[in-house]
Amino acid sequence: MSLAAPSDPAPPPRPASEPAPETGPSVGGSDDDAPPRPPFAQDWRRIARMGAIGAVGQIFISLSNMPVKLDGRAIIEGVLSLGYLSLVVLPLAAGSRVGHQLRREGVPFHRPGAHEVVGGAACGALVGGGLSLLAILIANFNLREPLVNWSPILADLLAFNRGTAFAVVIWLAIGAAVGAAAGLLRVVPPLARRVLWTMVLTLFGAAVLESLTTDLAEGMGIEALIDWFYAPRGGLTITGAIALAAGSGVLALVGRGRIKGAKARIDALEGPARNRAQGGLILATAAVLVILPMFAGKLTNELLANVGLFVLLALGLNIVVGLAGILDLGYVAFFAVGSYSAAVLTAATSPRINPELPWFVALIGVVILTGLVGLFIGAPVIRMRGDYLAIVTLGFGEIIRLLFLSDWLSGWFGGSQGITNIPGAEIFGLAEVAGTDPRSVFYLVLAFCAIAIYVSWRLERSRIGRAWMAVREDETVAEAMGINTVNVKLLAFVVGAVLGSFSGAIFSAKVGSVFPASFLILVSIVILVVVIFGGMGNIVGVIAGSAVLIGVLGGPKQPGLLAEFSEFKLLIYGALLVWMMLARPEGLIPSVRRTRELHQEELAQDAWLRGQTEDDHLENGEGRS
Amino acid sequence: MNAPAVEPILETRDLSVDFGGLKALDGLDMAVYPGEIVSVIGPNGAGKTTLFNAITATVAASEGDIRFEGESLIGLDPNRVTSRGIARTFQNVRLFANMTVLENVMVSQHCRTRQSVFGALLYTKAFRDEEAEITERGKEVLSFFGHRLVGYRFDQPAYTLSYANRRRLEIARAMATQPKLILLDEPVAGMNPTESAELTGLIGRLRDEWGFAIVVIEHDMEVVREVSDRVVVLDHGVKIAEGDYADVSTDPQVIEAYLGHGASA
Ligand SMILES: Nc1ncnc2c1ncn2[C@@H]1O[C@H](COP(=O)(O)OP(=O)(O)OP(=O)(O)O)[C@@H](O)[C@H]1O
Ligand SMILES: [Mg+2]
Repeated sequence: MSLAAPSDPAPPPRPASEPAPETGPSVGGSDDDAPPRPPFAQDWRRIARMGAIGAVGQIFISLSNMPVKLDGRAIIEGVLSLGYLSLVVLPLAAGSRVGHQLRREGVPFHRPGAHEVVGGAACGALVGGGLSLLAILIANFNLREPLVNWSPILADLLAFNRGTAFAVVIWLAIGAAVGAAAGLLRVVPPLARRVLWTMVLTLFGAAVLESLTTDLAEGMGIEALIDWFYAPRGGLTITGAIALAAGSGVLALVGRGRIKGAKARIDALEGPARNRAQGGLILATAAVLVILPMFAGKLTNELLANVGLFVLLALGLNIVVGLAGILDLGYVAFFAVGSYSAAVLTAATSPRINPELPWFVALIGVVILTGLVGLFIGAPVIRMRGDYLAIVTLGFGEIIRLLFLSDWLSGWFGGSQGITNIPGAEIFGLAEVAGTDPRSVFYLVLAFCAIAIYVSWRLERSRIGRAWMAVREDETVAEAMGINTVNVKLLAFVVGAVLGSFSGAIFSAKVGSVFPASFLILVSIVILVVVIFGGMGNIVGVIAGSAVLIGVLGGPKQPGLLAEFSEFKLLIYGALLVWMMLARPEGLIPSVRRTRELHQEELAQDAWLRGQTEDDHLENGEGRS
Repeated sequence: MNAPAVEPILETRDLSVDFGGLKALDGLDMAVYPGEIVSVIGPNGAGKTTLFNAITATVAASEGDIRFEGESLIGLDPNRVTSRGIARTFQNVRLFANMTVLENVMVSQHCRTRQSVFGALLYTKAFRDEEAEITERGKEVLSFFGHRLVGYRFDQPAYTLSYANRRRLEIARAMATQPKLILLDEPVAGMNPTESAELTGLIGRLRDEWGFAIVVIEHDMEVVREVSDRVVVLDHGVKIAEGDYADVSTDPQVIEAYLGHGASA
């Protein structure tokens, strides 16, 4: 500490984020901007290609039955349902994408204008045309046999109950309109764009969070307000939607730059002031999380508890994958071992041994057992690298489940019958945590999440955490620098396993029964998706990832806020993951490191490096003169 | 040669490394004495880097023995070799690019530190002391290179450094492992004449001030002449000459090896 003395040379404010000064859709009018292109000088091949891809996508969405299934869920009463929303996403995306220009040195950047609107409309119309085509096909052919969703219901939905001809025209029109709107978004000034986006996201968010807000409002006794916003049969009322849009628009106008400014101010703080600001933020978050469930009903608390369980799992996996760089595809194994060992140690119905320990005492056993299993699985696995390791962990994940399922061990774990009637978790005689009282489950989960966050945070800033990162960066060099890579990786595996076992132990007390079927490979995949989606290596990112994916879409077995999605969950997970990898590989809320790693930003960096070597020469020159 | 009374710190005896029929090293006998700077030179592909790899156990020796402070290194893992007191740099710089400059020199002290997970979690006094200590030592080795790697650079990711600074940080990272012997693989490659002259001086200071024995692989004859107490010349994995710079540079066999390969001397 004492070395950080004023003798340091004046640090020029030159963080890694410094290069790439004018990417992003900043205000038009910089020097290399070219005038807008003429409206009809389009790259028609590109439009045709994107339109065709989008059209196929539309047909796929329709035949997956998403529009029909989701039509029941209203976003805005009588105006838009989730089903129809699923049919305008692609025209919107395609219409926006077609007007995208890369800002490259030496290549003129045309100011967006009518060209983008026309292009967007054309591309959107093609995408919408996919549905026109589908409507014609449904009217004339019967392909129900291979395509189960090739149904009159779908045809009626596409035609708004007005016949094929209407369907053909209306979808071309809707596509063109949506595409044009997307193009228009590129033209309007950034402020307008931000306001519009805020309004759209607010409306969507309010509609998605309907059950949550209603539940909370009931808890706080303001149902009247809620009845005004939400229609009786779900969805926002039109008046409510208008009010929300107006309100959020005004807020976006007023609050423009405020949030960013506040964040920048916190980031600029140093030393104790910064710690205090961050501490305050953490305390505030904790307070909300503690107080919120008191007003929430069963449903909300159930949801929060489920999200919490996955946060716990994701935090554990984050240590293994995000910090140490070990791609573990069988993480569910530790969740399973945690659940089963807790069940065996606490339940009177456990087939072979049933010590009926209190939950907290059993937890010690759970931690030890899972740690041992982690060591046992880890020891052979950890010597492998890369793809081999991933495949082997995948195998072990399945082996553990099959062992619990097997006849051989059914005397211990009940085979496919599992173990039932697991008592809730007794908290020092203060409270009983069980599935019937999701609020208490949530508080228990919250406590363990706090522990897991503390563990992740502390370890990352320790000798062990740095060794994990070194192993992730370059295993050979890490070993040559004196790190026992086998031990260090094994440790990551075990710490991850123990965190996962907490989640398992709570899970068994919450659900009251454990079956092998709760521990499918799918769980591993979902946790991994959560970690990747949220932002690998970042605690906040992992929490946000769980909230969005598990909370909104739902977990492997747990329904989310959009329960209608449950059938299409995996489809959407997959699509989100692909999109994420293409557009934002560092995740929703990335760790600073990962961003650097993934966006090499080579041009900018080389430029920076060049400047840097010049600095050095200058320094040398000065030193000599 | 050095006074025979002193025991060599590193000694290879009849060391051979086989890559599926290709003998990258063939019966090499070589010794390094404490406080000595030995240069290893030779044309491309002579087996110089392979020698370093064999010493640090990155590749296995197929025959012979490597002894460090009188004990054999054969069969040890690379990390054990490092904790015995041998550190190295890499010909093609291999930093932990996404870790900060300071973290790079902190993590390489891993084998000198003991704190466990529990120390970190309980945030014990011992843990905090150890962290402070390795931070301090990290800053100390970084300040060896003047102001280039200190101050605001402590917290910059290693990949933002210039090429020359990356090479310097690699040396700092090796120093932080608290070795007795440092192996430098072409430390000035890619540097301009000013930078390489300066680093040449630093290599001398590494020995004088820090007391390391040093083996350096180098193609730049300027540097070799400046720093070496002794030069070992390899060709096709065989030692073809050994002695001080003046002797070696006039050795007909050495000239033949370089010219015969068409490489620049
Ligand atoms: N891992 C390996 N597998 C197979 N062959 C190898 C391996 N490493 C090195 N070699 C071969 O061994 C020989 C010696 O290589 P080495 O890298 O030691 O040369 P060098 O003297 O360091 O050359 P340079 O001056 O180009 O760095 C070369 O012919 C090389 O191709
Ligand atoms: Mg080499």
